[in-house]
Amino acid sequence: MDPLLVLLATPLAGGFFLWALGERDSAPEVNCAFSFATFVAAAWITEEVVSGGPITGFQEQFFVDPLNVFLVSLTAFVAFTTSLFSRPYMRTERDKGRMTPGRLRLYHSMYQVFTFTMLLALTTNNLGILWVAMEAATLATVLLVSVYRTAASLEAAWKYFILCGVGIAQALFGTILLYFAAERVLGAEGNALLWTHLNMVKGQLEPAIMSLAFVFLLVGYGTKVGLVPLHNWLPDAHAEGPTPISAVLSGLLLNVALYSVIRCKVLADGALASRFASNMMMGFGLLSIVVAAFFLSRQRDIKRMFAYSSIEHMGFVTFAFGMGGPIANFAGLLHMTVHSLVKSAIFFAVGHAAQKAGTQVMEDIRGLLRVSPRVGWGLMIGTLAILGMPPFGVFASEFLILTTAMREHPWATPILLLALGVAFAAIFSRVQPMVFGESTLKPLPYQPALAPVFIHLGLGLLLGLYIPPYLAAWYQQAAKLLG
Amino acid sequence: MTSFSTQLVNLFAAVLLLIAFAMLSQRRIVALINLFALQGLALVGSTVTVAYATGQHHLYYSAGITFALKVVVLPLILHRLIRKLNVKWDIETLINIPSMMLVGIVLVIFAFNLALPISEFSRSVSRGTLGIALACVLMSFLMMITRSKAVPQVIGFLSMENGLFFAATSATFGMPMVVELGIALDVLVGMVILGVFMFQIREQFDSLDISHLEKLKED
Repeated sequence: MDPLLVLLATPLAGGFFLWALGERDSAPEVNCAFSFATFVAAAWITEEVVSGGPITGFQEQFFVDPLNVFLVSLTAFVAFTTSLFSRPYMRTERDKGRMTPGRLRLYHSMYQVFTFTMLLALTTNNLGILWVAMEAATLATVLLVSVYRTAASLEAAWKYFILCGVGIAQALFGTILLYFAAERVLGAEGNALLWTHLNMVKGQLEPAIMSLAFVFLLVGYGTKVGLVPLHNWLPDAHAEGPTPISAVLSGLLLNVALYSVIRCKVLADGALASRFASNMMMGFGLLSIVVAAFFLSRQRDIKRMFAYSSIEHMGFVTFAFGMGGPIANFAGLLHMTVHSLVKSAIFFAVGHAAQKAGTQVMEDIRGLLRVSPRVGWGLMIGTLAILGMPPFGVFASEFLILTTAMREHPWATPILLLALGVAFAAIFSRVQPMVFGESTLKPLPYQPALAPVFIHLGLGLLLGLYIPPYLAAWYQQAAKLLG
Repeated sequence: MTSFSTQLVNLFAAVLLLIAFAMLSQRRIVALINLFALQGLALVGSTVTVAYATGQHHLYYSAGITFALKVVVLPLILHRLIRKLNVKWDIETLINIPSMMLVGIVLVIFAFNLALPISEFSRSVSRGTLGIALACVLMSFLMMITRSKAVPQVIGFLSMENGLFFAATSATFGMPMVVELGIALDVLVGMVILGVFMFQIREQFDSLDISHLEKLKED
């Protein structure tokens, strides 16, 4: 059996199966089982890539290389742990009456479909299919953002749909232009959109077309990454949807969107022989870092605050890839990995904390440590990790990005440091009273799932101290690929 | 590739652009849907012409998909939707149609200038049409910005898709089949979800006015 087929078919079948199953008491467990099977398939693929090098499948329509293999396993892993987290979380929501059986059915089914679209976007070799998968990811999650049917959640979902739809339409125009450039070299066949083929002839692509194509692609996929000024949908969608969805949006969707951008950047760099694409990414990245850092201190809703933190970190990664070079690219890939792990862990802890308090307003959440020490510590350690405290992985990657910036673009360093400082002050001063102090919180009806939180944070810690040799090798190969 | 087919594609392109202007100023929702269907028809016409002139058989299929989706299915869904939502005879108050037309003209000039250097590379039937395609995309964008009701916003969104599709046939010989099928599926699913969504919005706000949806702001 082809591992690629298993990887893609499992979540898709899961989506249909959970829809057909309807809402049963066992649906969360079925959801976990499908996510676990997907994770096993991802591990299988990873094993094959470790032992046998890059693989392609289905007439080169799919491929797994060092750049996407770790994202595939990361995506499957975070999807699995999030499904574990969502078990007690969604049961509590059901008991509170916020989730009806129909909504739970939609949630479980779309959760699997969303996982499928993410994995499809990552493994496809065809840039057209990549676009289709990114759009499908929006479609799968938009009804989940509005699942509570409150005025605010409807507004968030509408914004999400329209802004991402318009954004992704720009990316389609970019893809058409890319195909236009490619067709002149590769001929008018299906192969002209295959990334591996494009990568081989990237030096011959018409620069005038490619520069315009990259602008549209960056703006389009950048909307989904949440780059400022295209970020408006992101805090709303994170804050108003159910917390497991916030976790996968931040942990997975943003990564995959950024992955699409860097795939396109490789082609644009090859065609243009200038720093045009790099400079654009550095500009967008820097703007995102600064704007998000200053918005952080104005937030009252805890999920909104961490959504802005995601924008900031995505800005960091975009900036790193914009600088380019082996070290910055390595750091960017590492940062994508640890941010995804740590941020989803934070959302898990935040989800339980918000359920205990019955609100997402930070001023009303107090004294987590008194009532449930593990949620409190999870939130505290996660916050320290995301703020770049050593010895967590975020520190390692931010340190590498900063030192590269100092060497190559010294003017940017004070801006980056300032933004990091502002973000630290804003987030830490909010989280500290939430964790310590007197408490007014209630216990939860279901035992909170805290294993995922600590597993993620443990991995984030591990990546700060020791990167496994094959992972380092992938990062290095991928960094070389990115130029 | 005869000059007659080039002229024909140019004619369809002009029709597409004119419809985009008409949509910008149309206040009745029913008429807007009909214009959208007409735009789809012009798109089918140009695709068939390109297919005939260049002998690219897969373009016939893509014209077929476009016809089924954009001339038949989507307008039908939209008509059903406005009947069920009871907004069929709604008239939107649009301020300042003349100045919107002027902005539209500026957008067209901008699009032509942007597309000029790259449309020279096109081997397909018609060179000037890439600029028209981009202009259609930008004008749909303008329409989405200026409309405050949900249904016209959605029609703007769909007509943007038309412009993109036209770009694909005018710059290249159309996207590969598998991609086109994927895009068609996304558009269809997106339309169904938007339909569900509008009922949810109306249930919550008792109206389809998007200006209700401006509560989530940074304070």
